[in-house]
Amino acid sequence: MADGSTLAMPAASAPAGSLQRFARRRSTIAFLMTLPLILVIFGLVAWPAGYAMYLATLNRRMTEFIGLGNFEILLDSETFRMVIFQSVFFAVTAVILKALIGFWLAHMLHHIPTKGQRKWRGMLLVPWVIPPALSTLGWWWMYEPSYSSLNWLLAIFAVPPVPWLGEPWWARISVIIVNVWYGAPFFMIMYLAALKSVPEQLYEAAAIDGATSWQRLRYVTLPMMRNIISITVLFSLIVTFANYDIVRVLTNGGPRDLTHVFASYAFQVGILAGNIPRGAAVSLFMFPILAVIAFFVLRGINKRNREEA
Amino acid sequence: MSTTTAAAAHPRGIFHKAGSLRAERRWALVTAYISLVIAAIIMLAPPVYMFLTSIKTSAEIADLSGNPWWVRDPTLENYTALIFNPMFRGFFWNSVKVTLLVVALTMAISILAAFALGRMRFWGSQWLATGVFLTYLVPDTLLFIPLYQIVGGLGLLDSTWGLVLVYPTLTVPFCTWIMIGYFASIPKELDEAALIDGANWMQMLTRIFIPVALPGIIAATIFAFTVSWAAFVYPTAFITSPAEMPMTIGVVSQLIRGDTFAWGQLMAGALLAALPPVIVYAFLMDYYIAGLTAGATKG
Repeated sequence: MADGSTLAMPAASAPAGSLQRFARRRSTIAFLMTLPLILVIFGLVAWPAGYAMYLATLNRRMTEFIGLGNFEILLDSETFRMVIFQSVFFAVTAVILKALIGFWLAHMLHHIPTKGQRKWRGMLLVPWVIPPALSTLGWWWMYEPSYSSLNWLLAIFAVPPVPWLGEPWWARISVIIVNVWYGAPFFMIMYLAALKSVPEQLYEAAAIDGATSWQRLRYVTLPMMRNIISITVLFSLIVTFANYDIVRVLTNGGPRDLTHVFASYAFQVGILAGNIPRGAAVSLFMFPILAVIAFFVLRGINKRNREEA
Repeated sequence: MSTTTAAAAHPRGIFHKAGSLRAERRWALVTAYISLVIAAIIMLAPPVYMFLTSIKTSAEIADLSGNPWWVRDPTLENYTALIFNPMFRGFFWNSVKVTLLVVALTMAISILAAFALGRMRFWGSQWLATGVFLTYLVPDTLLFIPLYQIVGGLGLLDSTWGLVLVYPTLTVPFCTWIMIGYFASIPKELDEAALIDGANWMQMLTRIFIPVALPGIIAATIFAFTVSWAAFVYPTAFITSPAEMPMTIGVVSQLIRGDTFAWGQLMAGALLAALPPVIVYAFLMDYYIAGLTAGATKG
């Protein structure tokens, strides 16, 4: 655009000269206004991301280039393969549960009279508002083996006590429960906003055509919400994959390193054990997954913008 | 069941249909309320239980005979112990300092950038807008190791200033993104009118865009506030001495000592640390939700 205006200028007369100055001034001002943003994006995100890739190719003391050595060592280790499995299992299960529960709750909220919706929405969003590291402390306390208030509640229904954080599979489930508890309200809010944007006439038309409530859901609601659903799910996949606080507070990777996800394992290896290059390599395993998800998110958003335009 | 009674009351076919529809509605409403009540109980149980624990004495917590979901003799000693604990107050002030600085920085950066990107099209502005969104998708857990090296190189490890430096990676992309959306919704006629009246870009921003997009600015500020208050990965990685810790990591790492946990105090600390975002949410819920949904509905 800047090129076009300078090329066009000579043909025009005196007022165009001031216009050219104006254009130049405008782009200079615009550049100065975006400069802090550019500094943040390149200095604190793009550069560190590139630096992480460089770090991952170094040996432990960061004196020697060892290529993909860190990745090889990681993939060879039983523990790390477990981390990959656990991360995928955790993220996929948690996101599916959050999406389903969120969808259900959004529907239920949408059904009740508008007057009461605000109050219910306010209550149900509370888990999302409390910083997750702190609410997880509460869960940790509820799971605590000897005082577990959850087991106390289960005992009322004659269910034997559950070793919440003591056994690998229960620990995995406990982590997922906390994540679903924390994230489902977010899905609920997003879906509720989407539900409200579906025009009422569509439902009326469907009702006149004799659609059952299942058909209304399948052929009106879901197509209208498709974009929001996919964007929310993809976004949540990223956040859940990268989750750190819940695992750190609840299990800290235990029992026997079986509940580590990428982030907590990267922390363990990189910061606590002091092997920065290998820690960087661990966290870089998230990168391809995130890149694929980001691609689909962007495509979804572009499609949505084109539909709206 | 109620459909049959409706059908019996109105033997003619057409009324049968109407009655069943009403019964279906009522049935849907009952299901809705049952689901919501169950969901609300589950969603609120952990914070409620944290609160119950926080007002118990240590003796009562250790006593396994009673109902853990009930308090026999409530006490505020856990709270007073924390409030008069200089270390805990230090966590609070560190959080306040870091959060206020980061919110101010974030809003300055993102309002200026969103205005320039949304209204003053220039070479590369489209690419930069996409870049902003992509940066928003990069999680902090991918960046904390290289940032640990970078912050260490600047000598800012174990200092709240290091946190002020890196928190913008959490807040700036999203705030810029939603501010672009809010600015885009302001009609072009407004800036044309301002230009005709001889306003310059800065006046246009401060006199028109900021006042008109104020709800968006409030939503973005709330987002920046809650995110910097709740940040956990960066402080856990960078901060080791209690004097420099903000609330989140302070409560998680310093109130857990040894094998005998002071559960009451721990829960009281967690609730006190969670209080500022909850208060903001309680008073500005609509803005809070607008900020949450803006990312996807405006995107």
